[in-house]
Amino acid sequence: MPKRTDIKKILIIGAGPIVIGQACEFDYSGTQACKALREEGYEVILVNSNPATIMTDPEMADKTYIEPVNADILEKIIAKERPDAVLPTIGGQTGLNTAIEAAKKGVFEKYNVELIGASVEAIEKAEDRENFREAMNKIGLRVPESGFAHSMEEARQIAQKIGFPVIIRPSYTLGGTGGGVAYNPEELEVVAKSGLDASMIRQIMIEESVLGWKEYELEVVRDKNDNVVIICSIENIDPMGVHTGDSITVAPAQTLSDKEYQILRDAAIAIIREIGVDTGGSNVQFAINPLNGDMIVVEMNPRVSRSSALASKATGYPIAKIAAKLAVGYTMDELKNDITGETMAAFEPSIDYVVLKIPRWTFEKFPETKDVLTTTMKSVGETMAIGRTFKESFQKALRSLETGRAGLGSDGKDIEIPETEELMAKLVTPNSQRLFYIRYAFKKGMTIDEIYKATSIDPWFLNQIKQIVDFEEILQKAGSDFDKDLVYEAKKMGFSDIQLSNLLGKKLEEIENFRKTHNIFPVYKLVDTCAGEFRASTPYFYSTYEQIDESRINNCKKVMILGGGPNRIGQGIEFDYCCVHASFALKEEGVESIMVNSNPETVSTDYDTSDKLYFEPLTKEDVLHIVNTEKPDGVIVQFGGQTPLNLALALEKAGVKIIGTSPSSINKAEDREEFQAMLNKLSLRQPESGIAFSEIEAIKVAEELGYPVLVRPSYVLGGRAMRIVYDREELKEFSKYGFAVSEGHPVLIDKFLQGAVEIDVDALSDGNKTIIAGIMQHIEEAGVHSGDSACVLPPYSLSDKIIEEIKVATRAMAKELDVIGLMNVQYAVKNNELYVIEVNPRASRTVPFVSKATGVPLAKMATKIMLGKTIDGLCLEDCHELSHFAVKEVVLPFNKFPEVDLILGPEMKSTGEVMGIDKDLGNAMAKSIYAAGQKLPESGTVFISVRDEDKDKAAVIAKDFIELGFEIIATRGTSAFFEEQGIKNKMVRKVSVGRPHVIDEIKNNSISLIFNTPSGNSRTEKDGYLIRRAALGFGIPYTTTIEGAAAYCLAVKALKKSEIKVKPLQEYY
Amino acid sequence: MKAVLALEDGTIFPCKSFTGSGESGGELVFNTSMTGYQEVLTDPSYNGQMVVMTYPLIGNYGVNEEDVESDKIQVSSFIVREYQDYPSNYRSKKSLADYLQSQNIMGIHDLDTRGLTLHLRENGSMRAFISTSEIESPEKAVEKAKNLPSMAGSDLVKNVTTKKPYFWENNKKKFIDSLDEGEKLWKSKDKYRICAFDFGVKFNILRLLEAQGFEVLAVPAFTGFDEIKKLNPDGIFLSNGPGDPEPVTYAVETIKNLIGFKPIFGICLGNQLLGLAMGGKTYKLKFGHRGANQAVKREDGRVEVTSQNHGFAVDLESLDKDKLEITHINVNDNTLEGFRHKEIPLFCVQHHPEASPGPHDASGLFSDFKKMIDDFKKKEQ
Ligand SMILES: Nc1ncnc2c1ncn2[C@@H]1O[C@H](COP(=O)(O)OP(=O)(O)O)[C@@H](O)[C@H]1O
Ligand SMILES: Nc1ncnc2c1ncn2[C@@H]1O[C@H](COP(=O)(O)OP(=O)(O)O)[C@@H](O)[C@H]1O
Ligand SMILES: [Mg+2]
Ligand SMILES: [Mg+2]
Repeated sequence: MPKRTDIKKILIIGAGPIVIGQACEFDYSGTQACKALREEGYEVILVNSNPATIMTDPEMADKTYIEPVNADILEKIIAKERPDAVLPTIGGQTGLNTAIEAAKKGVFEKYNVELIGASVEAIEKAEDRENFREAMNKIGLRVPESGFAHSMEEARQIAQKIGFPVIIRPSYTLGGTGGGVAYNPEELEVVAKSGLDASMIRQIMIEESVLGWKEYELEVVRDKNDNVVIICSIENIDPMGVHTGDSITVAPAQTLSDKEYQILRDAAIAIIREIGVDTGGSNVQFAINPLNGDMIVVEMNPRVSRSSALASKATGYPIAKIAAKLAVGYTMDELKNDITGETMAAFEPSIDYVVLKIPRWTFEKFPETKDVLTTTMKSVGETMAIGRTFKESFQKALRSLETGRAGLGSDGKDIEIPETEELMAKLVTPNSQRLFYIRYAFKKGMTIDEIYKATSIDPWFLNQIKQIVDFEEILQKAGSDFDKDLVYEAKKMGFSDIQLSNLLGKKLEEIENFRKTHNIFPVYKLVDTCAGEFRASTPYFYSTYEQIDESRINNCKKVMILGGGPNRIGQGIEFDYCCVHASFALKEEGVESIMVNSNPETVSTDYDTSDKLYFEPLTKEDVLHIVNTEKPDGVIVQFGGQTPLNLALALEKAGVKIIGTSPSSINKAEDREEFQAMLNKLSLRQPESGIAFSEIEAIKVAEELGYPVLVRPSYVLGGRAMRIVYDREELKEFSKYGFAVSEGHPVLIDKFLQGAVEIDVDALSDGNKTIIAGIMQHIEEAGVHSGDSACVLPPYSLSDKIIEEIKVATRAMAKELDVIGLMNVQYAVKNNELYVIEVNPRASRTVPFVSKATGVPLAKMATKIMLGKTIDGLCLEDCHELSHFAVKEVVLPFNKFPEVDLILGPEMKSTGEVMGIDKDLGNAMAKSIYAAGQKLPESGTVFISVRDEDKDKAAVIAKDFIELGFEIIATRGTSAFFEEQGIKNKMVRKVSVGRPHVIDEIKNNSISLIFNTPSGNSRTEKDGYLIRRAALGFGIPYTTTIEGAAAYCLAVKALKKSEIKVKPLQEYY
Repeated sequence: MKAVLALEDGTIFPCKSFTGSGESGGELVFNTSMTGYQEVLTDPSYNGQMVVMTYPLIGNYGVNEEDVESDKIQVSSFIVREYQDYPSNYRSKKSLADYLQSQNIMGIHDLDTRGLTLHLRENGSMRAFISTSEIESPEKAVEKAKNLPSMAGSDLVKNVTTKKPYFWENNKKKFIDSLDEGEKLWKSKDKYRICAFDFGVKFNILRLLEAQGFEVLAVPAFTGFDEIKKLNPDGIFLSNGPGDPEPVTYAVETIKNLIGFKPIFGICLGNQLLGLAMGGKTYKLKFGHRGANQAVKREDGRVEVTSQNHGFAVDLESLDKDKLEITHINVNDNTLEGFRHKEIPLFCVQHHPEASPGPHDASGLFSDFKKMIDDFKKKEQ
């Protein structure tokens, strides 16, 4: 039966900001859904607060609401748009939760809207533990035994009944605080107690543990005729106990016989039917006992998910797109399989390669957090690799991860093999580096069986790793005696040239030349959904070392785009957005687009984004192979963030034509001395600075500059480790590790501009003419990383003179750097003087935000300029006067890292962003705060506790709040200060003073807003820390900067004046 | 050990043997199931064929005692991208290499199996030859491939059908000497009695027939109508089997007589033989359907994912639509996947509802068979 004609207008709920556990995979699914539904002629209304997404591009939907994603706002949009249907299964957990809440409020009934994809009943059946258990029991499947305890007595009873070990999860805590595993009654006493204490409602769930069982996932799709297919099976290499999002996973499942696989398949089908997901995709997780095949259902997600994105990329089957079409009434046998173009979507993909996913963590950003993996997800991104053997894919995935490793080992980055005790600890407790420790364990002579006992990782996987380690030894033994066959064999096992050069004791160039002489190059194979059974029409490639090449080289003009690799803090969806736009621009210009990327979550790696897709690691070697195969007319490196920039010089040296700003210009902006020289030449100011190679030198430089200073090691792997240092004591403290991590490179010391306003500028230049695309004024002062501060476009309190100065300076630098394409500058203004903090001659994190705020697709325009168009030719001009404000607010992952203080600093920590847009600044701010997950109160009590420097400003804010009808409570110092100023307030105790204290008040629900700024001194101030954690833990709106507090005040004022109004992006420009 | 795979069209794939030295030939086909290699190896429909698995890693979960579809390995040789010599699975009893070696079947790996698959897709299934001795002179191996008998036109059923009849009881064969005793051979009173023609029947079909509560007697392919008549069964089952249905004329003759005698259910080759018996035609597919992921559309519009293994098919156009109803169609290439007689109790499918390996979506056909017998009985009364 064809699509439904009784519905015309469909609202899609997006996933909102990127957070840990919900990343850009939902932009991928959302974009597919938008495209799929519009293709069918439906009017598509979209709500998503995340401006960095492709799905919120104004061309993707008929009406795009960049508004907070929650039931309140959803109701407003529905009231205004009156859609016929809402599709809730595309926007992750946020989409589901929002839909459920709206349903409970009666919104859908009131406006006569139908939920398509999954009904409220189905969602609740899957999400509610008890309902789910019942449903599973009904179809003869088992879930882990569990029970809720409110006291130790109950805990003991339940644990007794279930049997040890048990998993303890406190209800209503974030990030798994207070949970754990108890292996015996003694441990239960400890873990259950801490769990009860951590829970806001003194409740814990005690669950049967199946730690160490094997974990599997199946991606299931169902249509309205009750046809069900399995798209992909995924096996977690890390067994139960490590969240699937943190597990290294492989597709398809490797260690199941057909009989066992079919049991899972039957179960998954029975589950989707019983839960009653009408149409679309679901993800089902299973645990299997490796000793006897016993099976437990872990959970089912009645929506597209991170794993379904992975499954789509792994198989070529576009789950979200198909799910969207099934939601409007198609059946799978009516839909084409795009990849083959000749077969139908009703089938189960068969793959003829091995896919590996490795998560990317950022423990280095949160030094207070232990590198330990648990049932709570902590990774911020992932990479995927495709190869014809496990070993090949595994080593490709390790280099795709971009953590500096060129494979499993022997890449010059190995540490000394640890002592047995340390080694065992690293094997037994899952952590981000465990794979490398498995290698060390083999090197040390441990057996597969011993390592299996320590890790519970299936021996099959351990054997694969062992084969790689063994082959390292073979290579090492061969030494300079190596021959063509040996190198080819190594290549088939995924060894990179860097590893070979280390193992064979040759220079990298020698290995490269040897390969050339002996014609050892990879071939490219197609991802075709069907293991070669049908011809594939979409060119989606991966490399391998085999006989037959399937690449399809066209003799037309073509440009290659290098993507950003796995997401990490500081390099996320914004860069993928730019890459995708580059591809769109190339299409518009009739140039073939070739995308190279290794991130399965993204739109850039969708098979129909570019003319060709190479799913490959972004390393010099892998990229050069593609370049040599495709021979593109140019390569774009300025969109994928730091990843392609790091390759730019090497590629250019290898003769690759980089289009846009030249690598040497890029380098000029990054090289400290060259950059300084340039600024001097242009008479631009920079904060004074110096460098130091030792603690003594550092003190000398710092004291010449005068404290506070900003210090940073000039070379640190994986994190910038910047610090603001206020006195000699602190500098000494920093020096202790600062020089160690710098490894002989100097430490950079800048005069810290205290109390300065920071400004971000995005500009576009064709080499002659430069336009200022957007000027953003940060809300937080300089010192909070630009990626972590909220900002406003256009600037709301800068003088015309400064704005003019900014424009002139930006144009001058663009000219001097010969920028062709995008450029981003960060400035600071202090005492009406303009300082340049940093220039990046490339796409910045703010490009999508500026594009959404102004309506100018910057990355697309930049691409056209790189192809030779001019600013004038494209009719581009400086950002014109806007009749609205766009506010960017950030989202931080502190809820996943319970030990970390919530303060902002020069090191970026946020994972995502939202945008609030409105004609009124206060309303735009209110929207952005709401979208970031904090609902501002319109009455109640404001708690204020600020450092001395902030007290004056705090007083003004407090007065405003009193005027707005709020009460004020404050800690002693702040309270006394307010008292002096005649501001009515109540004093409340700090935790260290005694009870009842502020946290008691928080728990009693008597505080509705918290302003707490950390004392400038970075020595831990325990009290502030506890307050901030409590604010987060109990979901009370808070901010930790005084400028933030002022913004909150403005927002509350605006809210009290008029409630939030929604308006689609298309009506702003 | 180095080896070479030579195709009759002269294409050469250097490779390695993981089962020691030897030579082997046959018709080369590919299978796209990602699991179930042991079932594939022992499926009599593959008798004499060289099977390439498109999934690159094979051997992962070893070999066990239960997952067999006949008494021995049926393929002539087994071709994989990377053989896995360290199986991991609680049911595994031995490695795949040991299993192949114990029955003198060659296994090769370390060749571009995807390249090989695409070659077969583009050029059709063809004969091929593997050798560990002709690595220096592959053209000799090509000659040997050319000299192999071709599959079309030869009766392969006679190689695999049971020599003696047997009851399938408690998941085991119980041979009997002859069918001479006729109806007295049946032991049960209350069970339906099924005569299953063994053209190379897969065990799982017999298991599922038994699971339906049938008493199952498997008979050789040559069994004539008179003998069946004497047995007076309640239903007739026509099994899967290898190769071209056309030369299996003796079976077609028998089936012609059986039509209308008792309810008939056919699978795979059984479907093709019924097609021929109903006056239809069969033909060789370019490279066949072999895998566990093919969608088949039923007449009620529902789609089932099915297990498949056939190189020949019934020509849909050749069937007499006045008498027959098409019940199943392949969603991808619209080839015939099953039909039923409008009046006479008989139905059959081209795919494998017994799965093994593969999905269980179509397993309901076994109870449909039972229902057909029920209905037939009611009418008889
Ligand atoms: N009973 C259990 N025993 C051991 N590990 C478990 C158990 N339940 C869940 N886990 C582990 O915790 C992870 C997260 O649990 P899950 O229920 O899937 O929550 P989420 O909704 O966060 O995905 C799983 O991927 C699994 O590794
Ligand atoms: N001299 C300075 N005075 C005050 N703040 C500074 C100074 N230098 C850098 N910052 C702050 O540190 C942040 C990060 O510094 P930046 O040089 O932009 O590093 P990144 O390359 O990580 O963006 C800036 O966004 C700004 O807030
Ligand atoms: Mg889960
Ligand atoms: Mg910066």
